[in-house]
Amino acid sequence: MNLLDFARGPALKAAIAVFCLGVAWRIIAFALLRIRFDLNKPRASVFKYMAGGLLTVGSRSWPHREFIGRTGAGEALGYSYHLGLFAVVLLFTPHILFLGSLFGLTWPGLPSSLITVISVLTLTLFTAVLFRRVTNPVMRMLSNFDDYFSWFITMLVLVTGLAATAHIGAQYETLLGIHILSVDALLVWFPFGKLMHAFYIFPSRAINGALLARKGATS
Amino acid sequence: MSSARATDSASLAPAELRTPEARVAGAMSGFAQEIGALSAFRLESCIHCGICADACHFYIATEDPQYTPIWKVEPFKQAYKREASAFAPLVRLLGLKREVKAGQLAQWQHLLFDSCNLCGRCSLICPMGIDVAALIEQARHAMFDAGLAPKELYEKAAHQQATGQPEPSAEPYRDQLQAIGARFGVEIPLDKPEAEIMLCVPRTDIEHYPSAVASLARVMQHLGRSCTFRSDGLVAENYGYYAGGKQWQREISLRLIDQAIACKAKILLVPECGHAYAALRWEAAELYGKPLPFKVLQVTEFLAGELEAGRLRLGTAVTGAATFQDPCESVRKGGVKEAPRMLMKAMGVELREMKNHGGFSFCCGGGGGVLDIERAAPLRYRTMETKLREIDDTGAATFLTSCSDCRRTFDDAQAHFSWNKTPQSLLELVAANLTGAGRAI
Repeated sequence: MNLLDFARGPALKAAIAVFCLGVAWRIIAFALLRIRFDLNKPRASVFKYMAGGLLTVGSRSWPHREFIGRTGAGEALGYSYHLGLFAVVLLFTPHILFLGSLFGLTWPGLPSSLITVISVLTLTLFTAVLFRRVTNPVMRMLSNFDDYFSWFITMLVLVTGLAATAHIGAQYETLLGIHILSVDALLVWFPFGKLMHAFYIFPSRAINGALLARKGATS
Repeated sequence: MSSARATDSASLAPAELRTPEARVAGAMSGFAQEIGALSAFRLESCIHCGICADACHFYIATEDPQYTPIWKVEPFKQAYKREASAFAPLVRLLGLKREVKAGQLAQWQHLLFDSCNLCGRCSLICPMGIDVAALIEQARHAMFDAGLAPKELYEKAAHQQATGQPEPSAEPYRDQLQAIGARFGVEIPLDKPEAEIMLCVPRTDIEHYPSAVASLARVMQHLGRSCTFRSDGLVAENYGYYAGGKQWQREISLRLIDQAIACKAKILLVPECGHAYAALRWEAAELYGKPLPFKVLQVTEFLAGELEAGRLRLGTAVTGAATFQDPCESVRKGGVKEAPRMLMKAMGVELREMKNHGGFSFCCGGGGGVLDIERAAPLRYRTMETKLREIDDTGAATFLTSCSDCRRTFDDAQAHFSWNKTPQSLLELVAANLTGAGRAI
């Protein structure tokens, strides 16, 4: 079994298992804690506060007018590299074929040359994000191993992917094997760190938004 | 970290007599018991982006990273990861999160009490939607359990829990109420066996703004609604809420709840006191253990309702252009945003909004008990400057609010900065502009 076979064979299967079980456990673990129901009479109807939750899912995608001057640039940077990552993961034809082999569903992709440009841009933005994290006093203070390791492992996937596409440094099969191994590593790390925010972001906005809307509070 | 000043022994509550180890154990167990699925989810959702700092007036005024709102719960996040998170056994086994030490927790007193008004502005900016203020309030509970509530808040909470008043007074408040009635020529409804509406009063108003107490009585007289104060449940404030003492908060709330039930009130009317409204409207039922058998209304929302029903008749107020300080607890966090504006509109007040207003208004700086913490004053003054600038920038001659703590904070600022504005009560403005039957003397 060569590196590529190992990476996309047993290593991938094991990584997917860790990913699925880990993510499920992270979510189930909340349910094992005390769930408190608010006994205070709501200001709004159930419909209204559920709608408030859904509205918050959208409204928190961009800062309120009152905050935009202070946070707009930082948030734009954050969303930009996320969009880049989504484009590379979901619109690169080999990725679509790979995902199709797993889920049986394919869709049209972007030309490889465009994906390469997006990848380089994303890589640049991702570097800027790290620079910001280490230079911004607030972010530096808040950051821990999880932040840096999650950044590192995502960057690794990006760099190895670019190297494989550009055939730089080794044979294509080896580069692809390394790239898939980096994806395996990301999947294994995913449930243990902040990458879980991918699963939390919309429920978090919706739940907190609904609870604020229940009181008629600003959200 | 400048928070070292918070460890001065003067800032520690009497429970400091416990060993530091016992103090920390108490805090962490309190937090772990209270954490619940929702708070755990909030803690886990944080992506360490630090954006919440940009909503906090303490950070904006100082640019000091330690005032980042989510950082204020850092030790509790650490404890949660060790004790109750999905991989807690692994975290402990590998030593990934250290145990929270007494020294660390003591340092956080400055961050959780002196430099947080519980105003909730940080909860509006988080891209993950986290209600950061709710986490900070929970962290205060643990600090209280650890004996780390600031002395001023602890002592007032203890006194209020034991006697019903946060501080001793020369005369009982019920006597002071009657004296206010006599002085302002208005009947103070007191200890009626039954009434549709039970009234309570901020002790701040009794001591500093008696005209606000008289105004409440006057407006109720105008409306002709059956109402009463109750001697055994007079004080609106809840220092248990400020200090983080959940059991005391419950007992203080129960005084009012029991009296409202005893007089068969359908409405418990909370006067111009933001945190009193939050404690009764949004927290009391949980502490009571079941839904309250009456409505809790903040006075401006009650009056707006009376206005809509045609029972409250108002004339034109001669204020000139006015601006309005939105109390965080009733407006941003409590949802009473339109009611004060309806009342001002009905009186023909030309409202000039501040740059940040309504749900996005900056806190006065005194909320969350900060005004009571003596050592917090220099930081509070520094933080208030943004707010005072916004008020001045409106060019309004009249400055209104509907929270007596906000009012007291601005009065204090007036003295400190030789500021040229005097905060006025919206309720008093309403009382002064009643028209038709029942008009004030």
